[in-house]
Amino acid sequence: MSPKKSTIKSFFKALPKNIFSGFVVSLIALPLGLGLAMASEAPPIAGIISAIIGGVVVAVLGGSHITIAGPGNGLVGVILIAITTLGLESAYVAIICSGFLLILLGFFRMGTLADFFPSSAIQGMLAAIGLIILGKQFHIMLAHRIKREDTLDYLIEIPFSINDALHYENKGLIFAALAGTISLAIMLFYSRLRNKYLQLIPAPMWIVILSICFSYYFEIVLHEHNPVSGEYMITGIPTLQHIISDIPDLNFGNIGTLSFLGSVLALTLIASIESLLSIKAVDKLDPEKRRSNVNRDLKALGLATIGSGFMGGLNVVTVIARSSVNVNNGATNRSSNFFHSVFLILFIVLFSTQLTRIPLPALMAILVYTGYKLASPKVITKIFSIGKEQLVIFFLTLIITLKVGLITGILAGVLTTFIIHVIISKSVGLFFRNVLKPNVLMYKEENTNTYYVSVKHFCSFLNYYRLKKHLDIVPENQDIIVDFSLCEFVDHTVMENMHSFQELFHKRGGHFDVIGLDMHDTDSKHPFALRRLLPVPNLIKNSLTRRQTNMEDLAKNYNLVYNFKKQKHVHFLNDFLFFNTKSISHIYNELSYKDRTISLFDIEFSEGEFIAKEVIHATMLHINLKKSIPEFTLDREGFLEKMYAFAGFKDIPFETHADFSKRFYVLGDNEDAIRRFFQDDLIRFFESNPYYHIESNGNSILVFAKERLASIKEIKALLDFGKRLNEVLLSIAY
Amino acid sequence: MTLKPFKSIGIGVAFSPNLKANLFEAARLSIFFSSKLYLIHVGEVSEDKIKALKIILNTFRKDHLNYEVVFKQGDPVEVILSTCESKKIDLLILGAVQRERFLTYYVGSIARKITRRANCSVLLLIKPSIKRVPCKHIVVNGLKDPKTKNTITCAFYVAKMLDAEKVTIVEEINQKAIAVKVDDDKSLRRANIIKERIKLRENSRVKEIVESIPKQYTENLLIKSQPIFGKQGYTIGHYAQVSRADLLVMNAPSKMTFWDRLFPHDIEHILTELPTDVLILQ
Repeated sequence: MSPKKSTIKSFFKALPKNIFSGFVVSLIALPLGLGLAMASEAPPIAGIISAIIGGVVVAVLGGSHITIAGPGNGLVGVILIAITTLGLESAYVAIICSGFLLILLGFFRMGTLADFFPSSAIQGMLAAIGLIILGKQFHIMLAHRIKREDTLDYLIEIPFSINDALHYENKGLIFAALAGTISLAIMLFYSRLRNKYLQLIPAPMWIVILSICFSYYFEIVLHEHNPVSGEYMITGIPTLQHIISDIPDLNFGNIGTLSFLGSVLALTLIASIESLLSIKAVDKLDPEKRRSNVNRDLKALGLATIGSGFMGGLNVVTVIARSSVNVNNGATNRSSNFFHSVFLILFIVLFSTQLTRIPLPALMAILVYTGYKLASPKVITKIFSIGKEQLVIFFLTLIITLKVGLITGILAGVLTTFIIHVIISKSVGLFFRNVLKPNVLMYKEENTNTYYVSVKHFCSFLNYYRLKKHLDIVPENQDIIVDFSLCEFVDHTVMENMHSFQELFHKRGGHFDVIGLDMHDTDSKHPFALRRLLPVPNLIKNSLTRRQTNMEDLAKNYNLVYNFKKQKHVHFLNDFLFFNTKSISHIYNELSYKDRTISLFDIEFSEGEFIAKEVIHATMLHINLKKSIPEFTLDREGFLEKMYAFAGFKDIPFETHADFSKRFYVLGDNEDAIRRFFQDDLIRFFESNPYYHIESNGNSILVFAKERLASIKEIKALLDFGKRLNEVLLSIAY
Repeated sequence: MTLKPFKSIGIGVAFSPNLKANLFEAARLSIFFSSKLYLIHVGEVSEDKIKALKIILNTFRKDHLNYEVVFKQGDPVEVILSTCESKKIDLLILGAVQRERFLTYYVGSIARKITRRANCSVLLLIKPSIKRVPCKHIVVNGLKDPKTKNTITCAFYVAKMLDAEKVTIVEEINQKAIAVKVDDDKSLRRANIIKERIKLRENSRVKEIVESIPKQYTENLLIKSQPIFGKQGYTIGHYAQVSRADLLVMNAPSKMTFWDRLFPHDIEHILTELPTDVLILQ
């Protein structure tokens, strides 16, 4: 069989999965698209148009694999300004122009553009965008429409709006505010509820479904009008025929004015930065470990933006939250992006009248949550933990972005970062003399086949692209050593990127080591070294929680070793299928056998990114087998698994053990080996014991019950189960 | 084979604190290569100066050091260059300047002018020392250039004379030689295949050169070749620094126009930050 044919075959094999994840993504894209468009003061349908066009164009022409394109939250602030200053017709022209610029960026291979900005400045800018969204939409969420000149005024007036909302007399307004508040609560608490049926539908869609049901309840059951005030309902969702016939008239009159050019530049800048950052983040989640062709993606996004602008849509960017939802639902290629568009078209065709039943405050609650996530206190504490000077950069960028504008804000951030670097290194010459020098040397060491990279002078956001260019051409399954010992200054942006390279290499089976920074710390108290981020020795030894002291006692009784500290070395978990699309932060509270065959630990990992991000704590058991077994996943059979099986996930049936087959599902690539491995003893063991999620990665086993922390009793049960499972597995002759 | 032994060595002499160290280095080299040493001084003849030089070089009398002091007035650059011509000097020794506070060395403006215009080989010393620091590791460029064969041969000759232990031949390969731009997995794989192919080709080219060198120069030496993808003229300097080489041997630049100085390339990168002692061969 030719390789071409086999790719077509595997494409069709993976199609059901991709259709499924495209469907789930469309559920989140629909409310977000409407909300983002309305937040930008464009017609609500504009968001859907850009998602549809983005999905189709990028799926066909793009260079990334599992990303989703559509209207982006970062652009809300810019589009808002463009529409208010230029008017809608000219704003569409600005969008089209920025599409052309994006295509140019792609052709000039400027996929590295995002690397030229210091990461704290980008964080500050994103936080400012978050505050713009939050400040503006918070009032609408509480059914209190206000109009102010300055973005800061919106933020200042939030307490007044809350106060007003508590004293509403008008029933329509009360219901509208209630819809907003309940929706916000859904967004906030959704990730805490780890119920797999509830989680099947993303939170934004729950809001849509609940509010439509609510409106039908009043109409059909109570025979009343929807109690939410009419001015706070979504208006003007056109049907498909209208969208096609009502292509907006473009107004080319403003081209050449300063505000037009400024808008085009800002749109291009933010669109490219948001897309590039998202692509980078999603690549890390790709279970098939592919690398995206960013320049090709930029071209596709640009083309989609042009199309979207002509059709009356917004800028098309790669979006992180929707992409991560896509990954989590098992997407394997770009077709899921395509199907997300198809489902959006279906929604518009079938449900365009139902969509007008959604109260505006409910949609705005989603955006308020988005804005909050961009500017959450967590971001600030994280930046503070890296260094005080980063906080200065962050806040300066944030305030100038809010007060003056995006472009000025980010430029101010860049300038501040540079000045701070000069102050810290006490030398201007170091930067000016060396900024143009090719300061990176990379070669493959003859005997070990390790790539060795040495960096000289300084390495900061100014010349990071040189280092990146070298690192990018190393396959991620190789070993690489980056030596900064000849480097006098390394900034936070570089260290952060080194860290993400490290993660990427570890995930794909390579090694990425950074050396030569020890001297910096002792020598010059280097403030940007990542080591600062590493957990400091825990000082709260005496303040263990009750659960921790219990675990300590347990360790004593069972003769185990207990370690409550956070451990970041979690690479032994990366091979497990379960963590393929999740990123592990650390493990802690570890109980392990002295010979370290079996260990039980609490683990913090996250699923999804941005507003779809869910941080999960769970208790798991890891058995290090001293022999190799086939890779498999075993869990209790349920409704969802039946549905997954429908979408193309394969369950291996065991005909001779009907009861086992009915109660459990077994997944794995090597069916023959798994059949041979699951002998009677093992099957009987599973049949007679409680249900656990069990996974093998070939030479070790991961066992856990639920995606939450276990109680002491559950820990004991898990330990006992692990011990007996280990015995059974070792006794099997395979 | 056009191996030109260093019959005469020249050094500019200024009465600076570094004088003794500079003279010691030059004298030692003259003895190693059994060549005549010319001390070129820009200034008037005076008995005191000759005496001072004599006292310093007294140490080498037992080694039968053959030296001559040349006094000449005028512009330092012109004086040294013209003396090189008239005395038929094969190797000119110049001292580098250390940047304050930093551990980097660069070639001062006079020395740089001389380096660019000299018709003989030039040795740039970063840390002249009175006590001999043995030269163990020599890095030499293996560029694809007609001069390279001569340069490598000469590097082996120097290695033999100075009793070095190891010679590394660095082939700098321009990134542009790889026709494929890396965008995704597929182009990455293709680029790596091309890279391996270029590496093999370069290694066999260098091997051929090494084999053509008389055995007496190459025996008892550890010979290594290291292909590096990167900017020509820069990477070799960085490599020499990283691998702690004691001497870097380079081809002389073929042309030097105004643009080359504005946009530093090839040897200019090395002149602005000397990684180690550098020998530029004509």
